[in-house]
Amino acid sequence: MDAFLHQVLSGLATGGIYAALALALVMIYQSTHHINFAQGEMAMFSTYIAWSFIDAGFPYWVAFVLTVLASLLIGIVIERVVIRPVEHAPVLSVVIVFIALLVILNSTAGWIFSYTIKTFPSPFDWRGLQNSYLSPHEIGSIGVTLMVLLVLYGFFRFTSLGLAMRAAAQNPVSSRLVGIRVGWMLALGWGLAAAIGAIAGMMIAPVIYLDPNMMSGVMLYAFAAALLGGIDNPFGAVLGGFIVGVVENIAGAYIVGTELKLSVALVLIVGVLLFRPSGLFGRRYVVRV
Amino acid sequence: MSALLEVTDLHAGYGPADVLHGVGFAVANGGITTVLGANGAGKTTLLRAVCGLIRRRGNVQFDGQSIATRTTERIVRMGLAHVPDGRGTFTLLSTEENLRVGAITRRDSRGVAADMQKMFTYFPRLQERRGQQAGTLSGGEQQMLAIARALMLRPKLLVLDEPSFGLAPMVVQDIFRIMRTVNQEEKVSILLVEQNARLALELADTAYLLETGRVVQGGPSEQLRDDETVRRAYLGY
Repeated sequence: MDAFLHQVLSGLATGGIYAALALALVMIYQSTHHINFAQGEMAMFSTYIAWSFIDAGFPYWVAFVLTVLASLLIGIVIERVVIRPVEHAPVLSVVIVFIALLVILNSTAGWIFSYTIKTFPSPFDWRGLQNSYLSPHEIGSIGVTLMVLLVLYGFFRFTSLGLAMRAAAQNPVSSRLVGIRVGWMLALGWGLAAAIGAIAGMMIAPVIYLDPNMMSGVMLYAFAAALLGGIDNPFGAVLGGFIVGVVENIAGAYIVGTELKLSVALVLIVGVLLFRPSGLFGRRYVVRV
Repeated sequence: MSALLEVTDLHAGYGPADVLHGVGFAVANGGITTVLGANGAGKTTLLRAVCGLIRRRGNVQFDGQSIATRTTERIVRMGLAHVPDGRGTFTLLSTEENLRVGAITRRDSRGVAADMQKMFTYFPRLQERRGQQAGTLSGGEQQMLAIARALMLRPKLLVLDEPSFGLAPMVVQDIFRIMRTVNQEEKVSILLVEQNARLALELADTAYLLETGRVVQGGPSEQLRDDETVRRAYLGY
């Protein structure tokens, strides 16, 4: 029983990271109806930035904050420079831009930081948190994820900038007619998504180590999470993240074994697309012809 | 009365094709102007061109400044509120959030709160629906919400695109009554595009007739109302 509980709880810890990445996907999807395939590589690159700060001697939390700010900026720049020009392009062109971004970020990271695997420190190593269910890092990472979700909820629910961003995502023309600068809201959405990704990257890196391909597996789970929850529902995506984390762990421990764990994500994705394409909490779109 | 909005020789359209061919009209400071026309005359296009939502060419003076090359966002911030056709509801936001979005460029939070109360006295139905998702409101309620959202900007000019479209006569009466109140008490000038010519001519002081992208007639409302051709074509008696 203890072992089972341990699997569930540590599934919640990684699930939190999937939830954060899924949320980043949903944020961009809601405003542009595109899935950002480069989300994971952006997070990976941010984690390398954090590693550079720490390597340069900055204390962990200073590096953390600097990385989040840098990622916010990079996200905004990517939207303005790379995504804006293909705003009205056919969907395939946009997908190709995303894939190009993925490859470019991946190889740039390999070029600058080399492909050798690096360790990444965890800020949570207090002895007081020692127990048989969760490692201190898992507890800390759950805490950070919950904090991120809470801050985002507060931002979108209670601030007028958050309201403007929600409005811009829903109805760009009406938003312009009340004076919202829709283009900047989209850029800011990318910035926020990049910042969330950066935090997720920094939380997962101590577990799976730092290398340019670290996010390929993680992103698969995040896609599964976003689809499971409903790609247009932030709450669904978060819940989907936690569900995927737990299911992954339990299936890995008791059903398919750790080697085949990744296939759980694929099964989930295919299953959702086959049986409930809008996800558990997604909106179903009915088009009248 | 000086003109708040003055448009001369306005050309506008979508893609390569022009829909408007040199349109000119004016809205007096504190006045109500209506533009009448049949389906496809270019009424909606005209409003979109004024607000900078589509490609346009010509002179547009608003509040003493040329806005012919300005972006929509800047024009709106100068005090021009547009109630678009189809109402432009933010369907997933609540009624109250829709009103807050209308005032999003304003910095006086106390004034915004007071104006929201005022909207609830104009439109009591909106207060009942305050926390409800705006997409679930009825057509009439959404039209009220659209007008209230535009008024939350505290505009100098309120631009309305067929506010009576698809609504029950009772609701239309309500909406026109409130437009008159807003014009008289808040000194908001109004530019109204309508198919319901009878109501529009009753409300407006100045009227123009738009046919296939050209103004074919314009002047004081009474003059158009008494005009034989206008009466036959648009008033139907």
